[in-house]
Amino acid sequence: MHIHLHTDEAGRGAGLAFKMAERGGRGSGGHGSLDKSITLPPDEIFRNLENAKRFAIDIGGSLTKLAYYSTVQHKVARVRSFDHSGKDIENEPLYEISVQEEITARLHFIKFENNYIETCLDFIKDHLVNTETQVIKATGGGAYKFKDLIEKKLGLKVDKEDVMTCLIKGCNFLLRNIPHEVFAYQKDSDTEFRFQTNHPNIFPYLLVNIGSGVSIVKVESEDKFEWIGGSSIGGGTFWGLGALLTKTKKFDELLQLASKGQHTNVDMLVKDVYGGACQTLGLSGNLIASSFGKSTTADKEFSKEDMAKSLLHMISNDIGQLACLYAKLHNLDKIYFGGFFIRGHPVTMRTITFSINFFSKGEVQALFLRHEGYLGAIGAFLKGAEQDNPNQYSWGENYAGSSGLMSTSPDVYPMQRTRSGTFDMFEMDRLERPLVNLPLLKDPSTYIPDTVDLTDDAMARKYWLTCFEEALDGVAKRAAASQPDSVDAPERAEKFRQKYWNKLQTLRQQPFAYGTLTVRSLLDTREHCLNEFNFPDPYSKVKQKENGIALKCFQSVIESLDSLGWEERQFALVKGLLAGNVFDWGAKAVSDVLECEPQFGFEEAKSKLQERPWLEDSYSQWLERLKGPPHKCALIFADNSGIDIILGVFPFVRELLSRGTEVILACNSGPALNDVTYSESLIVAERIAAMDPVIQSALKEEKLLLVQTGSSSPCLDLSRLDKGLAVLVRERKTDLVIIEGMGRAIHTNYYAALKCESLKLAVIKNSWLADRLGGKIFSVIFKYEVPCK
Amino acid sequence: MTPIGRRLRSFSRPLPEGRGRRSAPLGAGALRAVAAAVAVEERGAAQRGAGGPWDRAVRRMEPRRNGGGADEKPRRREAENPRRWNGSGTGAGSAAAGPEQCEGGGAACGLRRDSVRKNRPLFPWFGLDIGGTLVKLVYFEPKDITAEEEDEEVENLKNIRKYLTSNVAYGSTGIRDVHLELKDLTLCGRKGNLHFIRFPTHDMPAFIQMGSEKHFSSLHTTLCATGGGAYKFEQDFLTMGDLQLRKLDELDCLIKGVLYIDSVGFNGHSECYYFEHPTDTERCQKLPFNLENPYPLLLVNIGSGVSILAVYSKENYRWVTGTSLGGGTFFGLCCLLTGCSTFEEAMEMASHGDSTKVDKLVRDIYGGDYERFGLPGWAVASSFGNMMSKEKRESVSKEDLAKATLITITNNIGSIARMCALNENINRVVFVGNFLRINTISMRLLAYALDYWSKGQLKALFLEHEGYFGAVGALLELLDSA
Repeated sequence: MHIHLHTDEAGRGAGLAFKMAERGGRGSGGHGSLDKSITLPPDEIFRNLENAKRFAIDIGGSLTKLAYYSTVQHKVARVRSFDHSGKDIENEPLYEISVQEEITARLHFIKFENNYIETCLDFIKDHLVNTETQVIKATGGGAYKFKDLIEKKLGLKVDKEDVMTCLIKGCNFLLRNIPHEVFAYQKDSDTEFRFQTNHPNIFPYLLVNIGSGVSIVKVESEDKFEWIGGSSIGGGTFWGLGALLTKTKKFDELLQLASKGQHTNVDMLVKDVYGGACQTLGLSGNLIASSFGKSTTADKEFSKEDMAKSLLHMISNDIGQLACLYAKLHNLDKIYFGGFFIRGHPVTMRTITFSINFFSKGEVQALFLRHEGYLGAIGAFLKGAEQDNPNQYSWGENYAGSSGLMSTSPDVYPMQRTRSGTFDMFEMDRLERPLVNLPLLKDPSTYIPDTVDLTDDAMARKYWLTCFEEALDGVAKRAAASQPDSVDAPERAEKFRQKYWNKLQTLRQQPFAYGTLTVRSLLDTREHCLNEFNFPDPYSKVKQKENGIALKCFQSVIESLDSLGWEERQFALVKGLLAGNVFDWGAKAVSDVLECEPQFGFEEAKSKLQERPWLEDSYSQWLERLKGPPHKCALIFADNSGIDIILGVFPFVRELLSRGTEVILACNSGPALNDVTYSESLIVAERIAAMDPVIQSALKEEKLLLVQTGSSSPCLDLSRLDKGLAVLVRERKTDLVIIEGMGRAIHTNYYAALKCESLKLAVIKNSWLADRLGGKIFSVIFKYEVPCK
Repeated sequence: MTPIGRRLRSFSRPLPEGRGRRSAPLGAGALRAVAAAVAVEERGAAQRGAGGPWDRAVRRMEPRRNGGGADEKPRRREAENPRRWNGSGTGAGSAAAGPEQCEGGGAACGLRRDSVRKNRPLFPWFGLDIGGTLVKLVYFEPKDITAEEEDEEVENLKNIRKYLTSNVAYGSTGIRDVHLELKDLTLCGRKGNLHFIRFPTHDMPAFIQMGSEKHFSSLHTTLCATGGGAYKFEQDFLTMGDLQLRKLDELDCLIKGVLYIDSVGFNGHSECYYFEHPTDTERCQKLPFNLENPYPLLLVNIGSGVSILAVYSKENYRWVTGTSLGGGTFFGLCCLLTGCSTFEEAMEMASHGDSTKVDKLVRDIYGGDYERFGLPGWAVASSFGNMMSKEKRESVSKEDLAKATLITITNNIGSIARMCALNENINRVVFVGNFLRINTISMRLLAYALDYWSKGQLKALFLEHEGYFGAVGALLELLDSA
């Protein structure tokens, strides 16, 4: 097997182009003899096979989808408090950092052409060391055809699962776990793909699966679904009839033909029947009166392109019409389309969308799924993994390991990426904790975390992509520097740099690859890529040092605050919170300063802040509110380590506690930049408690609660938060939410509407963003909001 | 790019402005000819010699001149029933409105008064339905012509009658469906036979040419036409044939025609029928169906494309949907796949083919029934699905392909019709249209599919005069307007 692995060619994301030297192995199924030498290990594709278990395979007419569960061992930075009793605290670091190996669960999905199935099975067999695995779940039409081959090659027993059950299980799983899984297709728009907010309630919906035929299934709950109809005019009709009409054998080639054709040469349009009278009659003359109605003659030649286009319209319209009739009969307004006929082909999504709009008069929306091709494999996998209870966990898409949605349209994507010879990958990480909506969201079904949609806003997209590109060298350098004892750190850092760079190039070409492109998704992708190359926490040492320094100043800051009168103190507290927020290694303007001015401190930061009135300034209302009765409970989402959390947030928390307000302090579960993590916050709190009786008693009496967000992002998605946090928020009757920092309060949640009072504050440390918002760098956002009753 | 969606209702009433385009210029000469024009109205216009637009212009002017104060009357009628009169075009409107004005007009109007009482338009009586593929023409041949009438009958009119009734084929493409002829029909007090003629729409220019050569326009009859072609060819009729069409709404005509033909029956037999045991070759039989209380019914008209109407009463109906996968699709695909050139040829091939070689059936995928979903093994899972494979493409015959095309289109229409019936809560589905001509395969399949998939809740009905209802409706509009 000659596998030329083009890892992350520019613009191809993780789309790994396999070119297998075929020797004669042609035709359908084509497990012909393949050259077996391997020039590059495809473990970049079949990753983590050594721990793989619970295999599932979905073999369609042309593509195979393989799924397996594996555990990934990766490094995590752990912090551990020293036992300081009787020791000289002055010269010791605050806490110990150790890099440990952690095992997490990951789902791997790989999609490839059936032609490679034999080679791939061989590779899997050679690398499969887990002897526990005895069964492979199989679904799809090809499961029957390849059963013997799989059993022979892998030595696993093939256990067949019902196709539709698998599809629906897979669909439910994706709808629940992957934000921006669903999109509507818009033909003549800059943003072809309009991603949908995940609705908290995914049922009921209609799933129209267009394989060789069409199945229409009504899904009412996790386990309840019903086949309500179907049609024999589907992808097989397009392919079979298309092959007869055009002598073109391949499905993709037929679509290519169709995208170049003019159906009006073949179809009889309303205007062909009515002539020029259409306009005066108010008829849409371009409607098709009769598909192929003009080919009712033996003497005329029709072009392949035109016939293919006509056929595509005929089939898409017909499916759309039937789907609408079924949706109407069952009173459903969400229709998800899947199957190989759709599979990311813009031309079919376009015609289906048009048809649905036409026949439903806009009442029904045609929706598509980013990972539609994997539904069956996911479902089959879930069937086999029931004892692991995968549905009990939350899962997240791993951007580093996933290829992303590819456009196959030549006009959308000029660097034509042929589907053949391409391996597509999708990875999902099992999240440590189940994630749920923040109960205080005003309307979870319309909540959109992100402030700017970069798929929509081309200017902003260009800026941020460039911004992330420019910062990349620095991030890679810091990553390498964070592991001075590791020999291969520079090499891994370079691999990280390359991988993230390629992701950014992919996103320039295809901003929709991972759902709506946002600053958050760019940041998250970077974190995923860092983790991928075992840089779990490049800022751990920086954070450690900064926390140590800040702790030393805590008492004096408190003393000076306590010396102020009430009103002055309130302002000083807010200013402290803001100044702390300047210390953000994620902002290039700041990291440049911090890199070369190590003495840059709290006071310097305060002096950088914009004077009031701030860019967004509702401080007076906040002050008025503080004169009133205390809040019951405040939920604070913290941002950075060091000065931010210790000298900004904790004094503020202390004041709230003094007022009689309980505080839930939420920090990230995992590291992201120099953001304070939950485990760091525990140590910091402990150390502050040792110095401060207010904090100490609050911790003791559980009036100050430290919780984790469930996230490892520098941004904040209030619809995916740790379940424990949500429970606590409800229990404590939280009536104030404080969101701090650029990532959490500006890039995300700037427009988030909550059921209770909220305070969003941040310092804008990016001049472009400041400019966008009408201010200058270091402008202050202080947004106090009270929900209208 | 789109499905059929011929929202014909949207323009059916009131008919839009602009059909009065032919407001022929009226000169002094026109006014001078009035008296003569009035006099010859009933007897036919041929002897007027000059003919042409002038005459019509004259006739249109006539009421205003003769009727004086009665001038208001026709206008009021127009207001009451704008569609009918607007739809009639100027020529037709005056032909019908004129006589009323004439009542006090003197002895010269004797015959016309007679016509008014009997509410009869001038002969010849035609109804024309110009579809996307076929033109359907119905012609009423009066059999009760008196000797006096025959004497007065102009040569042109006689020629037309003889030509149409003594031939069964016209030119190379025109055909009279003799087996459909309705005998001894009484229409507007006249007894006669109704003839059913069809020819391809692409021969329309030749037809108009013929009309022109035979001086059809000199007969001053009204030519009522429906179908898209009534609009498309309007100008050609005018410029080539010197004829002003009276354009009528397709769906109005269709329903009118269906209800009428069903009510008069088919020469003593039932017009409407159904299939009992549709898939059982041995037991399958065509049985009459009494459509006495027809409402509500779903009317599925399968021409080049398909229109589906929910009919709740004679006046109350709604266009439900349409599909572009119709008879034109069957024939068009057959031409491309088999090289055939006529519908008959395509049907003949289909009747000898085996579609299961072309289609992928449920049993081809699951080895038998797909029990999880209650799908029988014989059901088609993917139309033309076997044609994805090269070997199978090479092993099928043209006949197989023709049959598969027929089955695909028919099943799809059945499916859409069934869904519409469910959505509209109607259980009788009447299939009409020329796709069903010489097409028992489709009719049986529709009958079976509707019955099977609805578990016996829906019934497929058929009508003997398949594709002619629009044309019949157009003829009835002509008579009604008198």
